[in-house]
This record gives sequence, structure tokens and C-alpha cells, in this order.
Amino acid sequence: MEQDWLMGLMGGLLIGLAGAVYLLGNGRIMGASGIIGGLIDGSERAAWKERISFLAGVILLPILLIPLGANGETNLTHSPVLLIIAGLLVGIGTRVANGCTSGHGVCGISRLSLRGIVATVFYILAGAVTMVLFRHTLWWI
Amino acid sequence: MRSILGFIAGGLFGAGLVISGMTDTIKVQGWLDVFGAWDPTLAFVMGGAIIPMAIAWHLSKRRTPLVGGEFPTPANPKIGRNLVLGSVMFGMGWGLVGLCPGPTIASIGFGGWANSLFILAMIAGMALAPMVRQRLDLSSDTR
Repeated sequence: MEQDWLMGLMGGLLIGLAGAVYLLGNGRIMGASGIIGGLIDGSERAAWKERISFLAGVILLPILLIPLGANGETNLTHSPVLLIIAGLLVGIGTRVANGCTSGHGVCGISRLSLRGIVATVFYILAGAVTMVLFRHTLWWI
Repeated sequence: MRSILGFIAGGLFGAGLVISGMTDTIKVQGWLDVFGAWDPTLAFVMGGAIIPMAIAWHLSKRRTPLVGGEFPTPANPKIGRNLVLGSVMFGMGWGLVGLCPGPTIASIGFGGWANSLFILAMIAGMALAPMVRQRLDLSSDTR
């Protein structure tokens, strides 16, 4: 378990470095939901190239790292009902709130943005309540 | 140049997500499961990510982005209903299956059909979001 914390910290530093490159390089906030959602609803069309390049990097590096020993297990549920409900909630929620774990969490908190901190408190609370209330009772789905 | 920097940032982000274990939904749900076998990893990931990012924000005060232009100005600090309701919805979905937008994209190469189904539903949700937002705005006007 102690090794998990260390890997978490190292991976976290890389995530922060990614956000730093995107901010200092391109002058943009690295938010995964904003980057994907922007491609879908066409907001700031001019940014599509850097968004596609960003997503290509996100997809490619894990594929290269897994043969080198990175954890390739997602342990994701195989319940189509849960996956569809959760996907819809994450898609609508992150766009209505204008950010997710990377945008509000990493980029917002590090800037001491009140909006980022409030959003993070609410999604963590909602996530923990959902986890405790439903996942322990809906395990059969 | 923007595309190259975007690709580098994306690569670092994807590598960080898989190395930190955030593509493993057991670790994420383990963190949210405060009454179960609580797993603190996510707090270390968040803490680790905030350090370089805080330095980047600090550096951004004295310069302009490498490619030119301006840094994003701080958003309107108003805490609206959309921020709270959207975050609650997002948190519920996150808690249900343990995936958020970054890790699900990072898992495309190895997450199988279940991950792909989640992504399709998430994209559908993102396409519906402007309509949901409009309804929320309308209902708040009538109060």
C-alpha cells in the first residue's frame, strides 16, 4: 500500500506538469471535460487541433506504458445500466458545472479559485454519498 | 506549436493518470468509500498535481503564454446553481462507476467495451448539457 501512495504522488506530479505545460505553453486551462466537451458542442472551434493532439497524447502514453509494467486493469463494472447512467451524469454534470477533477480540482484549487474549491467539495461529497448509499446496495445490477 | 505542446501535455496527463492508478476504478471508489476500506491514494495524486500547477500559476503572473496571447482571466467568482448542481451530478456518476473524463479517455486503449460504453454515454451527456443548462437557467428566472 505504501508503494501505491508513492506512485500516486509521482503520477500526480506528472498530471500537474501536464497542466503546467498546457497553461504556460498554450495559455489554456487543462480540463479534460472542457477539452472533450468543447469538441462535441463546438465551443471555441479554433482550438480543435490542440484539443485533438491533447487527447491523442492521453490515449497513446498509457498504451505505451502498460507493456512496461503500468497497471492496465480498470476493474470497471460490466453493468450496461450503471455505465450508461453514470456516463450521462458525468457528461451532463461536468459541462453544466464547467469542469471536472482536472479543471476544477487540479487547475482550480492550485489557483485558489473559489469556484474550483466549491465544485470539488460538492463532487467529492456527492461521490462519497453515492458510493456509500448506492454501490453497497446496488451491487447486483 | 500549439498541437505539439497539446500532445506533450496530453502525454504527461495520460502517463500520470495510469502511473498514479487513477485508471483503476477500485482505487477511485476506494477513496470515495469513506465507510469501507478507505484508500488514500487519490489525495496523494491531487496533492502531487497541485504543486507543479500552483508554480505554473505563479509563473503565469509575469509572462505571456509561449505561443502568444493571454492567460485565462479568473472566472466570475459567483457560485451559481449550475456549478453546484452540475458538480453533484458529476459526483454521483463518478461514485457509481469510479470514472471521470480524464481516466476514461486514458483507458481507451485497454478499458474494453465497458469503458467505451461509458464514453459514448458521457459524450451523449455532454451533447445534452446545453439543453439542461438552459432549463436550469429558465427555472431560476421564474423564482
